[in-house]
Amino acid sequence: MTPNSSAGGRSLGRLIIECLLLCLLLLWVAVLARPAAAAPAEPKTLLEALDTNSFQAKGDAAQAIADSDIEQKTRWLQALLDGRLGKERRGERFYIITDDSGREWPIIDAITLEDAGTGTRRTVDVFKINNDLRTRLEGLLASLSLSAGDEASRLSAASRLIGEVTADSADSVRKMRDQEKSESVRGQLDVALALFDVQQGDADALETLRGNLDTRVRNTLTPIAAGESALAAEAQSVLGGIESKRTWYDRAQTLFFGLSAGSILVLAAIGLAITFGVMGVINMAHGELIMIGAYTTWMIQQALPGQPGLALALAIPGGFLVAGAFGVVIERTVIRFLKGRPLETLLATFGLSLVLQQLVRSVFSPLNRRVASPDWLQGAWQINEALSLTLNRLAVLLFCLVVFAGLWALMRYTRLGLEVRAVTQNRAMARAMGVRASRVDMLTFGLGAGVAGLAGVALSQLTNVGPNLGQSYIVDSFLVVVFGGVGNLWGTLVAGMSLGVINQVLQPWVGAVLAKIIVLVGVILFIQKRPQGIFAPKGRIS
Amino acid sequence: MTLTDNLGRGDRSRQAFLSRSTLLTSLVLIVGMLAVLIFNALPDSNALHVSGATVALLGKYFTYMLLALAVDLIWGYLGILSLGHGAFFALGGYAMGLYLNAQTSPLPGWQSIMSYFPVAALAILLAPGLLALVFGWLAFRSRVTGVYFSIITQALTFALMLAFNRNEMGLGGSTGLTRFYELLGFSLSGEGMTVALFVASGMAVLLAFWLCRAITVSRLGRVSMATRDAEARVRFIGYRVDHVKLALFVVSAMIAGVAGALYVPQVGIINPSTFAPLFSIEVVVWVALGGRATLYGALLGALVVNYLKTVLTGAMPDAWLFILGGLFVLVTMLLPQGIAGVISQWRGKRRDHEGGRDRQEQQDRQEKQEASA
Repeated sequence: MTPNSSAGGRSLGRLIIECLLLCLLLLWVAVLARPAAAAPAEPKTLLEALDTNSFQAKGDAAQAIADSDIEQKTRWLQALLDGRLGKERRGERFYIITDDSGREWPIIDAITLEDAGTGTRRTVDVFKINNDLRTRLEGLLASLSLSAGDEASRLSAASRLIGEVTADSADSVRKMRDQEKSESVRGQLDVALALFDVQQGDADALETLRGNLDTRVRNTLTPIAAGESALAAEAQSVLGGIESKRTWYDRAQTLFFGLSAGSILVLAAIGLAITFGVMGVINMAHGELIMIGAYTTWMIQQALPGQPGLALALAIPGGFLVAGAFGVVIERTVIRFLKGRPLETLLATFGLSLVLQQLVRSVFSPLNRRVASPDWLQGAWQINEALSLTLNRLAVLLFCLVVFAGLWALMRYTRLGLEVRAVTQNRAMARAMGVRASRVDMLTFGLGAGVAGLAGVALSQLTNVGPNLGQSYIVDSFLVVVFGGVGNLWGTLVAGMSLGVINQVLQPWVGAVLAKIIVLVGVILFIQKRPQGIFAPKGRIS
Repeated sequence: MTLTDNLGRGDRSRQAFLSRSTLLTSLVLIVGMLAVLIFNALPDSNALHVSGATVALLGKYFTYMLLALAVDLIWGYLGILSLGHGAFFALGGYAMGLYLNAQTSPLPGWQSIMSYFPVAALAILLAPGLLALVFGWLAFRSRVTGVYFSIITQALTFALMLAFNRNEMGLGGSTGLTRFYELLGFSLSGEGMTVALFVASGMAVLLAFWLCRAITVSRLGRVSMATRDAEARVRFIGYRVDHVKLALFVVSAMIAGVAGALYVPQVGIINPSTFAPLFSIEVVVWVALGGRATLYGALLGALVVNYLKTVLTGAMPDAWLFILGGLFVLVTMLLPQGIAGVISQWRGKRRDHEGGRDRQEQQDRQEKQEASA
């Protein structure tokens, strides 16, 4: 029994050792086989590896696809990420779904990229992914596009990598960073790598991140800074630096939005500043003249389809002339007869505003119209991560300043301006000196109306154009004029801009509506404290 | 100057409270009200029967007339044009709306006290009154006048419209207050209530008319008219112009508040659109059309314009704004004294034929006009 049993025990031990050896051998073969399989990379095998329920295995398969040199790999990975890569349920083919919006999906063969008719949920088994896999795929795709394509696509890929670098991909990213020639792409990759290093506990890498405005940098650093270690303290200081820089840029952004809102107010009010301030005429139809300018833009654009840039360029003189013509007609037919009766003028012009509104409703329609913006006014000027200026608002701001400068020069240097100022200061004396006061009135009113038309052209680039467009600006415009000091163009500029900025500063605290109410009440109180406005008219005019 | 002289035409009737126009207006109001009540009581089959809907409509007109009176009191007799009287009207309406809402379900927070009618009645007077007091005190103290005053009243009502549109106010946001069922324990839906509200509104118009009349013939009214015509002179004589203005402004706001309170149960809703500047300025055109500085003119104007509105918005809705806008323009240009001006001109002419004293007076007036021009 005993020798037998010992012999049996020995054979059992050998069996175990043999088994182990076999396993090792198999393992070795497998290890050897992996790179061997990757090198020729049979597309079908790669895709078949995806057909598993383990997300880990799927990730490895995706990595293998990315490492292979198959042409379609980017397409596959993108499709996998979008949930549009699948396998035939009863068969061996793989498909990419080109459009998964309907019930029947148009599909193409994943390997040949040829049209494969349509598929449905029942015939195509879509590969599922989870969040971990999604992150991994995004990283893979980013590093794929890093190694190919032009500088712009490399830059966007590099920027996508920030916060997405993992232990798997760090080395390859590092390699790519060393090969990268473009300065800006390298900078983005540095940030991405530094962020990864900080996550691994490398305090030196924090220096690279100092002052970086990317949200992802901030989001990654925040939990790190929460700890007690030296790294946390360092991260905190970096984070503090980032925060203060961000606050500064946020303020700049608020200032820009405020000035942009203010420039709209100034544009709307400056025509009023001329008619009300210089002539003493309350023109409640001013808002409707703005509306006419906006509709002129729309009409010119309808006449020139496909050329919004040219239409806009034509609308600037067009809006001025059309609204100005309306203004001259209003002055000749109504306002002239109500001279020296401001309250009656107010009522009559209000009646005109109702008529003009209804006219637009009847002629066009009560619906809002959209005025297209030319390409060069769309989008934003991205100065950095925290500061971007919308181009159309920037354009309106500049336009407002140009209009203001033009108007000011007109009043200051031209014959008409001189006559207007003379009539304002002393009508009887001006007439005695040979100024045709009634003609000056007409031209001044036409000018104010024309500027309202310009405001309408500018507004059409920011909002939709509708019959109620003017109404929403009339109360604001009057307040701006009164706040700035009647008869003072500079006052209107300062008042409009400051109201815009104050409104914008208040908004994050109290919300848009309350901010507006506060500004309105503030101006009401200010006028009662100082009825002459910010800049009082000089001399005895009042 | 011309305004002074034209408005001076009312001098004769200003001597006593019981002038011919006061008696006539009161009589027309009372007879009109009684006639509507009698015709309403007739059976449906009768040709002269006035339906409940018409009574409700007339009751609504009464509240508008009340509002027009309020505007006329300060525009006609004090010379300050408020483009924000709709705000006082709406405040009174909201006070009433809260009270009506409290009848069906208890209100949260501070609003719960509005369920008592005396509190609500007080609020109807005090909410617009206090706002007018504070606003007027600030404005008149710093001598904000004329167009500036008009603009800031418009800004005020605009700001209130934005505020009442906010849901955080707890006043129904942009929907406003609605779902009213009971007033003083009586159901709001019956025809009896329609008639009762009609009578209440009519009585309110009559009382407010007498109140305004009493004010305008009193010493206060005389100072206020003097302020309208030559503010600086009145101040130099030693009157506190700002106090006079404030007193009339507050009274006017309260009348507007009562108008709003009577309006709400009759139309069944109050929402922030009542604060819209357009409504306030519409009220001004009622007064302008009727004839400012004549109380009966304001009543007449409110009635005429609103009747036109009811008819025209039904018959040709697109044309209504053309007509309203046209009214603004034509009245200010062609009828600066409104309908009342036409009436008094016509009466003046007839009296001229009768000869005597009046002609002498007119001559005096002409001389004065020439002297001032």
